[in-house]
Amino acid sequence: MDIHEYQAKKILSDFGVTIPRGGIVYSPENAENKAREIGGSRWVVKAQIHSGARGKAGGIIVCNTPLEVAQATDKLLGKKLVTNQTGPEGKIVNRIYIEEATDIEKELYLGLVFDRSSESIMVVASTEGGMSVEEISKEKPETIIRSKIEVAVGMQNFQARELAFGLGIEPDLIRRASDTIIGCYKAFSELDATMVEVNPLVISKQKQILALDCKMSFDNNAMFRRSQVSELRDKTQEDSKEIFASDRGLNYVSLDGNIGNIINGAGLAMASMDMIKLAGGTPANFLDVGGGATPEKIVKAFKLVTMDEKVKVILVNIFAGINRCDWVAEGIVDALKKIEIKVPLVIRLAGTNVEKGNKILKESKINYIEANTLEDAANKAVAALNK
Amino acid sequence: MTVLVNKNSKIIIQGFTGKMGSFHADEMIKYGSNVVGGVTPGKGGSKHLNLPVFNTVKDAVNETGADSSILFVPPAFAADSAMEAADAGIKICVAIVDGIPSHDMIRIKRYMRRYTKSSKMTLVGPNCAGIISPGKSMLGIMPGHIYKEGRVGIISRSGTLGYEAAQQLKNLNIGVSTSVGIGGDPINGSSFRDIIEKFETDDETDAILMIGEIGGPQEVAAGEFAKENMKKPVIAYIAGLTAPKGRVMGHAGAIVSAYGESAIEKVEILKECGITISKNPSVMGDTVKSVLEKM
Repeated sequence: MDIHEYQAKKILSDFGVTIPRGGIVYSPENAENKAREIGGSRWVVKAQIHSGARGKAGGIIVCNTPLEVAQATDKLLGKKLVTNQTGPEGKIVNRIYIEEATDIEKELYLGLVFDRSSESIMVVASTEGGMSVEEISKEKPETIIRSKIEVAVGMQNFQARELAFGLGIEPDLIRRASDTIIGCYKAFSELDATMVEVNPLVISKQKQILALDCKMSFDNNAMFRRSQVSELRDKTQEDSKEIFASDRGLNYVSLDGNIGNIINGAGLAMASMDMIKLAGGTPANFLDVGGGATPEKIVKAFKLVTMDEKVKVILVNIFAGINRCDWVAEGIVDALKKIEIKVPLVIRLAGTNVEKGNKILKESKINYIEANTLEDAANKAVAALNK
Repeated sequence: MTVLVNKNSKIIIQGFTGKMGSFHADEMIKYGSNVVGGVTPGKGGSKHLNLPVFNTVKDAVNETGADSSILFVPPAFAADSAMEAADAGIKICVAIVDGIPSHDMIRIKRYMRRYTKSSKMTLVGPNCAGIISPGKSMLGIMPGHIYKEGRVGIISRSGTLGYEAAQQLKNLNIGVSTSVGIGGDPINGSSFRDIIEKFETDDETDAILMIGEIGGPQEVAAGEFAKENMKKPVIAYIAGLTAPKGRVMGHAGAIVSAYGESAIEKVEILKECGITISKNPSVMGDTVKSVLEKM
């Protein structure tokens, strides 16, 4: 789960990280007042969307008067911002963060992630703040310093100090810098985060160490014990079909193609998408109804896939294990009584009682194309598209 | 594989009296697995499916001599249950449960560092289908009848894709020695490399089919291990050729976040390690067959 910049800043400041003064607003009038309240003579108006690279997309505007702040807010509110991370449909701006402008002396990068090789938390830092971590590792890999943290004992002061000295921070600021790094580590480990990124972490001309932009992501599996974090979810930043899916226990990812998929198991779903591609088609979605593929889930899956207007063919691929193909077939027949399908439907069943399952489908009045193997299913789906 | 499960494995079910635990315990018993009891805290002393229920894993081990366990407890309590099994001296524990927080998985693995190699429990999963040695024992939730007895080892992150492979092999009259589902989570108990190493020394296995997917370093680590240390042939399929970068594809661990984690990159690296690649998921069985014919 992702959260907004201003929410991440609030969390990190609770863990001792210094952030510039700022506040969230929902209207231009609000914005003008907020700018006066914050004080100073320059402000930054920042569109709050779940994406990085907002600056390039015009989502961050520097202003010199409270009136300009109001105008910039007016310009951004309700707008869809398209960045290299949002996809072509972009993300809507419903909240604006107003922040005092910072006189930047130096921009640094600080990130924390899980390291899957060592199964520990990895802190990554670089002197090249402001660039994405991908760009840094491509263009200035020699500036990257890493520290693996033993989760059982947590981050130690010396580890944070080593990073701070490694970033070339002057001796007077080392203490503040290591407190900042440890604050980020604590937020990561105490709140079940999967990613904390402060980019840039800046040293201001006034010798403050400030988190100028922050991102945090959290482990969905841990939200049951992080109610305060899960309340920060902003559904306006998510794909409506993906919300529909996650609310119904389905795993769905919206894609660009036109062959809709209903599959049980994440691996089999990815494999079926690969087969579609090899057969010359493109998948409209990834959809895993779960290993069990219960009739209820199948009804929900048909509803979801038919919501997508791009879909020109639907491919159902179920490998029935414990649950049996005859039961799955009954679920499909039942679903098709409730939902009208206007596009060709290809069904491939495999596993337990496959003959019985196919017999039920054949004897029902549903209009479909039977397929036997993964390859056969993909070929028939692509062929149906071209008819 | 005798080192993981065999006819003599004494199995307990953690989360025995719940719906999932009861259903799959029954399936495992029907398959012929030697289930000796189960654990549900607070229900110790009672009987369930005609088998004894214990309050703690220690009690179950003391009374029944259990050496294997399978977890059907909810995600919030799974880490605790896995550590309890390790502490009670269970040798192999399969965590079926999907949804354990990653921070908890790291905690389990750190906890298990206190044991020496010989006394350390092997944890398989979470979010997996479990283990089956066809004709011998099933410590999992797979449909047992799709596996023919034989000499090919399967390791898969995905459950249903592992079933697909077993079915393709069966259709070609090729059997399976052991199939291990290691699960789709970013941090898991046993990696591809851990299991591939066990298959190399297993005298019931001639060749290994490894079914990986996008995300994480484990397939490549197994490939590099195979290149240096293995004599048995390894065949691999990597799912997720069409998966977009930066998106989680169902499995929490199926996300490309670094170089070498996409399907194409993994395939290239595995080829360099001398591993035979199944070019698509429909020919996993055929690819294994052609490798076996060359042996």
